[in-house]
Amino acid sequence: MNRTKGDEEEYWNSSKFKAFTFDDEDDELSQLKESKRAVNSLRDFVDDDDDDDLERVSWTGEPVGSISWSIKETAGNSGSTPEGREQLKGRNSFYTQLPKPTSTYSLSSFFKGRTRLGSFQSLSDALSDTPAKSYAPELGRPKGEYRDYSNDWSPSDTVRRLRRGKVCSLERFRSLQDKLQLLEEAVSMHDGNVITAVLIFLKRTLSKEILFRELEVRQVALRHLIHFLKEIGDQKLLLDLFRFLDRTEELALTHYREHLNIQDPEKRKEFLKTCIGLPFSAEDSAHIQDHYTLLERQIIIEVNDRHLESAGQTEIFRKHPRKASILNMPLVTTLFYACFYHYTESEGTFSSPINLKKTFKIPDKQYVLTALAARAKLRAWNDVDALFTTKNWLGYTKKRAPIGFHRVVEILHKNSAPVQILQDYVNLVEDVDTKLNLATKLKCHDVVIDTCRDLRDRQQLLAYRSKVDKGSVEEEKIDAVLSSSQIRWKN
Amino acid sequence: MAAHLSYGRVNLNVLREAVRRELREFLDKCAGSKAIVWDEYLTGPFGLIAQYSLLKEHEVEKMFTLKGNRLPAADVKNIIFLVRPRLELMDIIAENVLSEDRRGPARDFHILFVPRRSLLCEQRLKDLGVLGSFIYREEYSLDLIPFDGDLLSMESEDAFKECYLEGDQTSLYHAAKGLMTLQALYGTIPHIFGKGECARQVANMMVRMKREFTGSQNSVFPVFDNLLLLDRNVDLLTPLATQLTYEGLIDEIYGIQNSYVKLPPEKFAPKKQGGGGGKDLPTEAKKLQLNSAEELYAEIRDKNFNAVGSVLSKKAKIISAAFEERHNAKTVGEIKQFVSQLPHMQAARGSLANHTSIAELIKDVTTSEDFFDKLTVEQEFMSGIDTDKVNSYIEDCIAQKHALIKVLRLVCLQSVCNSGLKHKVLDHYRREILQTYGYEHILTLNNLEKAGLLKAQTGGRNNYPTIRKTLRLWMDDVNEQNPTDISYVYSGYAPLSVRLAQLLSRPGWRSIEEVLRILPGPHFEERQPLPTGLQKKRQPGENRVTLIFFLGGVTFAEIAALRFLSQLEDGGTEYVIATTKLMNGSSWIEALMEK
Repeated sequence: MNRTKGDEEEYWNSSKFKAFTFDDEDDELSQLKESKRAVNSLRDFVDDDDDDDLERVSWTGEPVGSISWSIKETAGNSGSTPEGREQLKGRNSFYTQLPKPTSTYSLSSFFKGRTRLGSFQSLSDALSDTPAKSYAPELGRPKGEYRDYSNDWSPSDTVRRLRRGKVCSLERFRSLQDKLQLLEEAVSMHDGNVITAVLIFLKRTLSKEILFRELEVRQVALRHLIHFLKEIGDQKLLLDLFRFLDRTEELALTHYREHLNIQDPEKRKEFLKTCIGLPFSAEDSAHIQDHYTLLERQIIIEVNDRHLESAGQTEIFRKHPRKASILNMPLVTTLFYACFYHYTESEGTFSSPINLKKTFKIPDKQYVLTALAARAKLRAWNDVDALFTTKNWLGYTKKRAPIGFHRVVEILHKNSAPVQILQDYVNLVEDVDTKLNLATKLKCHDVVIDTCRDLRDRQQLLAYRSKVDKGSVEEEKIDAVLSSSQIRWKN
Repeated sequence: MAAHLSYGRVNLNVLREAVRRELREFLDKCAGSKAIVWDEYLTGPFGLIAQYSLLKEHEVEKMFTLKGNRLPAADVKNIIFLVRPRLELMDIIAENVLSEDRRGPARDFHILFVPRRSLLCEQRLKDLGVLGSFIYREEYSLDLIPFDGDLLSMESEDAFKECYLEGDQTSLYHAAKGLMTLQALYGTIPHIFGKGECARQVANMMVRMKREFTGSQNSVFPVFDNLLLLDRNVDLLTPLATQLTYEGLIDEIYGIQNSYVKLPPEKFAPKKQGGGGGKDLPTEAKKLQLNSAEELYAEIRDKNFNAVGSVLSKKAKIISAAFEERHNAKTVGEIKQFVSQLPHMQAARGSLANHTSIAELIKDVTTSEDFFDKLTVEQEFMSGIDTDKVNSYIEDCIAQKHALIKVLRLVCLQSVCNSGLKHKVLDHYRREILQTYGYEHILTLNNLEKAGLLKAQTGGRNNYPTIRKTLRLWMDDVNEQNPTDISYVYSGYAPLSVRLAQLLSRPGWRSIEEVLRILPGPHFEERQPLPTGLQKKRQPGENRVTLIFFLGGVTFAEIAALRFLSQLEDGGTEYVIATTKLMNGSSWIEALMEK
């Protein structure tokens, strides 16, 4: 509390809260600084015991006594989460291993699938003797409640009972008309749980053709069936349904989605091949074709490069071992890889960057950006230079960058290019303000000095002089410029 | 215990108590000692309605998270699985139960589904041969969870995707059920307004549910005057923009889950005198609860971030002064007085320290060059500048492989602000995204198109300028410090959804019929007649209370804008906000992505 202003200032600036020094004192948030200081100085006075004592929270912030806190407390050490995650993942694969219908792909066979007890009871049997109660605050007793023990429920009563989780046999509804009425009742209640239950029943007792036909004119129920089939992963029936409905694009996309579940690269490639030619939208078709071609290339490149790497004869792989396989990487990443490991290869090889560029019609901009990043990372400055050099018909060379030289400079800087190289490219930036900013930021002194001279901006040059080291070459150069009588300063 | 829930016009503690009672009833039904096995997702929402102490009072001795293999040892009579109705969870439960059977004494197993029993899940349990092992299989209708004195959420993360992508309206059914519960507790809501297809559905369900209940007339005196149901797809724009309120930014940057936020621990290290504290810095994230129970947070949460610094500094001065008072305390009485205030002062100091640190963390982000560039582009789009061509900032983001969600948010924002992108522009973005992030994202892009977030312009007509001008969505003269309009929450952009609510209360939607017709879905009005005894006689100057329900999610910035309207002196309306999910643009897009 009794620290002097100066002490506080020093404390502040030397503390690790570096991010909290502002250039602009007028900034509204500089007031934060004040409150921080106040808070800090108060600690001297009140910090006798632990900070969080008052709030009774554990360090992670779970209030003591909260549910998530208690799980950890009462479960002891058994609840380590990463492990739990792994196991959860394991569970999911368990899910996919469930017996799938084999001959017919109907839902019913899925649900009649062999159970542990070998029973083939229907859903309704399983639900008998279930005590049921809704735990919502009492809202008044629904009408249906008063007729609990009737054996002759109408479709609407049945649906109402299902909705409250009551025992209900659907098997009594035999005629198509009854079944459809049941479905319509369920749909009019909007309760997805009941709609799905009725759909399961219909699927089991109706032929696929009739089910599809009836659902086509019942869009709400149809959407529920589609969602439900996605949920349980019944890909085959889903595809049949889309085919029946003539929803060709959805059919194609649903089929394509399957590839995400195929881990083996060869098999995934073969699967992607089956996607080509499916009725995707015009734009997507080309991308799907590219997806296939890309994976095909990647498999070839991967085999080849893994061999090269393990043989240990190729310098680039020895110096820069691969961090990961190139399989299933995006196109641009693949291009980067090619520019990194296979830059000089002739266009004829699959792994050559130029070949990739042509095959996938990669735009110039994208190509240059990627090649630049790869070559800069390897510090191959000649390659960088060549990337931007064009010759005109007279044989003069000229520098040109489709991405703008300020971007070139940024990327070079990120890859810690030496100042001489940076300087050349900063000089090529067209916009003078951008150039000056970049040069100042990256300490390309010559560029700053020359630009100020060209702008005849004496004030800016003077300001810059105060930033360079005393007695340095730069200072000398600035002084020489400032004292030159050749220049007519504008200020 | 949850006093902050009763601060508002409507005492939401009543709802909290109701759901707590139901939980206790279920626990008592399973007589004897018990262990609860939790679906991990549910512990967050449950934390808002119950503490461990409540469970303990009802003989819950152990709690575990649900995971495969066998259950940890526990010497209890009952094992209760508390889970969402999801197929994959049923598989885990089955495995738990089966491995339990093989050893030791028999237990009683129960399942409590939240919020609904599922016939599909029970079928799965049956297929796995364990359905018969459960004594009680019941449901716990935790539809709307009270988050704050004026805020309720269903925390159903898939609601938007299910409604607008799959066309599955189950979450709407839950919303309607939640509204029926609310009406049972707070009286029938006499006026229902709505905009959008889902809103229409929910209103229909409510009317139908009401008809089904023949029990005695609801005799609770109505607390709410109006209900406004709003589809998220009426306003796809707002969540895509970066929220600029304090709470909104915390959510954008760190993500608020069930009113908790996890923050990098460095800034919260307890600093002791004498230095050397840098060694044992905690590595675990600092977790803080954020709600209006904390006085300081209640004051700053809804402010534009640029107005937060001055409040914090003012508070700091007040607290410093309060602590200085000790020098003036001379007599025993005065000292006693000072000491009695210490706990409150220390709490205030702790709160100030936390929020100063959070504000610093946020400021590091908001002052970065990239944040500024992104905001500039967003604001250009929202004010209608250059929405019809390929944007170079978005291109740069792709080239530098910024997070895909960020890129998608911007592209969608541009699409919405242009009533769809020109074919050439859309194709360009599509190709760049697929080539850079992977072709499999074709699926995600298709989802976004289906949801209407990303589309090609049809008919070549851009309606957004009309909507923007009529609803005054872009305000050039925004006052961030002392706001006069809701547009302060996005530093210029007034959230469309909230503008609709504002115009409904005054002068009424008849004034904007034309725009309402451009926005998707029907708009409507329903009345639920009240018996004369329950009709309200409004005192002069008394505000109406409107419950506004966002179907498909709401952002903290929209909530802030509504609170701003509630506090207006001559506003005439106070709002209670309900939603299917508290969300932001990133969590929204993420839910729509194909994984």
